[in-house]
Amino acid sequence: MADVTNLRTPAEAGLTKLFEVARMKFPTGVSIAREEAFRYFEAVGLPSRRVEAFKYTDLRAALKEAAPPAEAPPADAARAALEAAKGFSGIEAVRLAFVNGHLVAEGSDLGSVPQGVTVTPLEAALTNNDPLLAQLAPVAQTRENPIYQLNAAFMADGALIRVAPGAKVAMPLHLRFVGTGSDAFSTATRVLVVLEEEAELTLLETHEGPDGVAYQPNDVLDVVIGDRARFHHTRLNGEGREAVALSTISARLGAGSHIETVNLVTGAVLSRHQIYLYFGGENATATVNGATMLGNGQLADSTLLADHAAVGGVSRELFKTVIDGDATGVFQGKIIVEQVAQQTDGKMKSDCLLLTDEGQMMNKPELEIFADDVACGHGATCGAPDEDLLFYLMARGLPRQQAESLLVQAFLGEAVEAVTHEGARAALIGEVEAWLARRG
Amino acid sequence: MLEIKNLVVQIEDNRILNGLDLTVKDGEVAAIMGPNGSGKSTLSYVIAGKEDYEVLEGEILLNGENILEMGPDERAAAGIFLAFQYPLEIPGVGTMTFLKACLNAQRRARGESEISTPDFIRQVNAAADKLEINKEMLKRALNVGFSGGEKKRMEILQMALLQPQFCVLDETDSGLDIDALRIVSEGVNALRAEGRSFLVITHYQRLLNHIVPDTVHVMSQGRIVKSGGKELALELEASGYAEYRASEAA
Repeated sequence: MADVTNLRTPAEAGLTKLFEVARMKFPTGVSIAREEAFRYFEAVGLPSRRVEAFKYTDLRAALKEAAPPAEAPPADAARAALEAAKGFSGIEAVRLAFVNGHLVAEGSDLGSVPQGVTVTPLEAALTNNDPLLAQLAPVAQTRENPIYQLNAAFMADGALIRVAPGAKVAMPLHLRFVGTGSDAFSTATRVLVVLEEEAELTLLETHEGPDGVAYQPNDVLDVVIGDRARFHHTRLNGEGREAVALSTISARLGAGSHIETVNLVTGAVLSRHQIYLYFGGENATATVNGATMLGNGQLADSTLLADHAAVGGVSRELFKTVIDGDATGVFQGKIIVEQVAQQTDGKMKSDCLLLTDEGQMMNKPELEIFADDVACGHGATCGAPDEDLLFYLMARGLPRQQAESLLVQAFLGEAVEAVTHEGARAALIGEVEAWLARRG
Repeated sequence: MLEIKNLVVQIEDNRILNGLDLTVKDGEVAAIMGPNGSGKSTLSYVIAGKEDYEVLEGEILLNGENILEMGPDERAAAGIFLAFQYPLEIPGVGTMTFLKACLNAQRRARGESEISTPDFIRQVNAAADKLEINKEMLKRALNVGFSGGEKKRMEILQMALLQPQFCVLDETDSGLDIDALRIVSEGVNALRAEGRSFLVITHYQRLLNHIVPDTVHVMSQGRIVKSGGKELALELEASGYAEYRASEAA
C-alpha cells in the first residue's frame, strides 16, 4: 500500500512540521479544537482544482512552501510599518493594530474603546480561557473548509470584541492588519465579534503589506449577531503584490438582525475571501458585496455560502469584478434554503468588466432550495466596456482612458454604494480612483 | 467653418457616403434633409469620429484643418459637438460629475485651466433654467430614467456648457412633443452666434420652423443632391422625397 505521506506537497509537509513546533507554544485555550482542526487539514491537505470548491483556485499549486509563522516584530519595525500603511487612515475610528499578525498595543487604542464595547486580545483570552471563546466558529460549514481549519490550528493572535446588549456604537472600530519584512512569513489572526441583542457596530478592516514578499496571511473574522443587532463591515484587501492572502468571514445571524459586509480587493497575487452566513433567526437580512480590481498576474476568488435556516431571511449579494491584463477573477456563490426557511428572499449577482482580451472570469452560482415558498435568483454577466458608451463620453471630450475610468467607477460604484458608513464609502471610492490612476 | 470634400465612407463593406461635398460657413445654420437610409446619421457620426466607420476617401476640414485623423475627444476639444439622436444612459455616472469632467477635459486639451466649482455650478444652473431642466434631474445618473424630451434637453444643455464651434444635431426633433420641441429649439437659437455653425439633420420641416436654417441640403444615396435656401424645406414637405428616390433609380 502506498505511503500517503509520499503524496504530500512540500508545503503540506512544511505545515505539519510548523504545527509540531507551534503547538508547544500556544496558550492552552481551545487546544482540543486546534488539534482537531489540524487533523482535519492533514486529512484533506491543501485543496487542488480536483476539489470542487477550489476548482478555479488551486491552492495546492499556488502554495509551493509553507512560510513560517511570523514572530512579533520589534517595536520600531512595527511603528514604521504602521506609519507606512494608509488604508482608511483618514477615518475617525478606534484602532486595533496587528503587525505580522500580532497585536501591537502601542499602535492601538485599547484604552479608549467606546462604551459598551470590550476588547480582549486573543492571546490573553486563550491564556485565561475566556468564556467568549465558546462562540468561535459560529458557522458549522467552516469545519469542512481547509483554509478556515488551518487558521483554527495556527491562530496566534487577534481579539475578542463584545458589544453589550442595546449598545449602538457610533465610533467605528478599525482593525489594521499590516505586514512587514523581507522574508516570507505567515500569519493566522482570529477576531471574534459578538453583538448582543440590539447592539450595533461598524467594523473596518484593512490588510496591507510589502510588495515583493511572498507572505501568507490567513485571517478569520467570526461574527455572532444577536437578535435585532446590526453589523456594518467594510474590508480592504490592499495586500502586497506577491502575497497569497486567504481570509474568511463567518457570521451567524439572530432574529431580525442585519449584516452588511463589503470587501474591496486590489491586492495580493492570489487572494481568496470566503464568506459564510448562517441565517439562524427569523427575518434576518444580509447585504454582501464585493468590488474587485485586478491587474496582470493576479487572481482573486470570492466564495460565498449563505445558509438560510429560518423563516423570512433576505440576502442580497452583488459582486463586481474589473479585470485588467491577464488577471483572473473567480466568484462562487451558493445559497442554501433549508426546508424550514420559508419566505426566504435571496438574490445573488456577479458582474465582470473585462478591460483586455487576456483576462478571464469564472462564475459559479448555485442554489440549493428545500423550501417551496421562496424567491431566489442569481445572475452573472461578463463583458468589455460598451463601445457606444465610450464613444458618447469621448464625443464630449473625455480621452479614451478617462472615459473608460468613468465607466469602471460607475460599474464598481453599485457595489460600494451599499457601505453605510460615509467615510468608509468615500475611502473605497478613493481606492477605486487610486487603482485607476495606477493603471495609468 | 466646415468643409467636407468628396467623402466616401463604408461600414462593413456597405458604402454609405459616396463622395459627399458640403460647405457650412461661419455662423451658418445648414439643414440636411433626406429619406431614410440616405446616410444622414452616418455623416453625423463620421464628423464626430465614431470608429466603426471606414473613411475611404475625402476630408473634413474644420477651419482649414483636416479632423479625420483626430479621435472623438480631440474633435470635441477642437469644437465639434454631436447632439445624439438617441442619447445614452450611463448608470452610475452622476450628471454633474459627467458635465464637469467633460468641460475640464476639453479645457485641459486646449491648455486652459480647470473651471472652479462655483463657476461650474453657476453655468450649469443658468443653462438648466433656460432649458427648463429640473434640478433633480441634474442629481441623477446621466440620462437614466429621463424621458425622450429630457434626454434631448440634456444634450442641448451640454452644448450650451461646452460652447462648441460646430454643432451637429442628429434628428433632435425625434421623440419630442410640441412643448419640448419649442424649448429645445429656443435653446439652440440662443446659441446661434458668429463663430458657431450648425448642421441640423431632420426628416421633417417642422423643426425648421423653429430653427430657421440659412441653407437646406437634400441628401440621397450618400450625396448632397440639391441645395437651396429655407424654402427648399417647404417644397420637400409638399412634394416628399419621391423625386430624389426616382433620380436614384434612374
